[in-house]
Amino acid sequence: MRRLLFILPLIVLAALTAIFVLGLNPNHDPRAIDSPLIGKKIASFTAPALADGQPGIADSDFMTGAYKGQVVAINFFASWCVPCRAEHPLLKKLGSEAGIPVLGLAWKDKKEALQGFLDELGNPYARIGTDENGRIGIVGFGITGVPETFIIDKQGIIRDRIPGPLSDELITTQLLPLIKDLQK
Amino acid sequence: MIRQIRHGLIAGLVAGVLLAGFATTSFAVRPDEMLSDPALEARAEAISRDIRCVVCQSQSIEESDADIAHDLRELIREQLKAGATDDQVRAFLVARYGDFVLLKPPFEAKTALIWIGPFLLLAGAAAGIYLFYRRVGRREAAPLDPAEQARLDKFLKAHDDHPDDRSQGGAA
Repeated sequence: MRRLLFILPLIVLAALTAIFVLGLNPNHDPRAIDSPLIGKKIASFTAPALADGQPGIADSDFMTGAYKGQVVAINFFASWCVPCRAEHPLLKKLGSEAGIPVLGLAWKDKKEALQGFLDELGNPYARIGTDENGRIGIVGFGITGVPETFIIDKQGIIRDRIPGPLSDELITTQLLPLIKDLQK
Repeated sequence: MIRQIRHGLIAGLVAGVLLAGFATTSFAVRPDEMLSDPALEARAEAISRDIRCVVCQSQSIEESDADIAHDLRELIREQLKAGATDDQVRAFLVARYGDFVLLKPPFEAKTALIWIGPFLLLAGAAAGIYLFYRRVGRREAAPLDPAEQARLDKFLKAHDDHPDDRSQGGAA
């Protein structure tokens, strides 16, 4: 009993050291918080198209419309967002390697600025919807900024959320396996 | 002249104190956001003080100048105007941003340790100290051996002779 008391501080020290060492893991981002929307059905929204004659994006597209029964990526972006520029080429890669449509929702952006952005960098999106006052992003998807990417499964349920820009590594290690699994 | 300087100093001090007071309570709410109904506005501000700004993290949306904080403040006011209760407004935000959006985590099974942990530690330490002293108090001192007794006697005797020792009644 007495001996146990004697080594107790050592045990506590070892436990704390283990916690601190685990906390130093470079792959652990303490600011990354799981969205409560993961596992939930996509919220109802209607995002107008960028130009007349083009289709916009609405939640019905996933339930009954063009993307029914498909795995889809939704990417919130904006022409004023610098990390979105860095991420831009990866969206095409994500779409072609995973074989899924990548839909763009332009968050708090002006149509002219958006068109300029796409003219400059190319358009990787199967469809673009506009979210000019940002409410679709905030109320429908709980985004905290742009870029943010969501993976939607065949039933229209949100399966993953990536806050911040995509990376090559993230696509190959996290998204492609997940999408493959969802496509089964 | 001196009086004027003194008045100036006092005025400066008062102004400084007032400014310092204001500095701790920042006003991020823009006048155009405020609701005309003061009761509703007060509720909106009370809710906002406990909602974390999701991009600045250690500020409430009431204090934050971030764009998204502004959006959330607007959203809260819209909901209140539409007749939502305070709890409904909070639930709306939690459904989108998780418990994380609340500056005070709710008391539930998985957060219980956060709330009662400090008290448990305190109680544990108090119990430990109590047990330790109880054991020390109960322990009987070992009797002195003859050599120690002799030293003690000698020591006491030496000090008995001291003229300042009032316990010997020699308070002359």
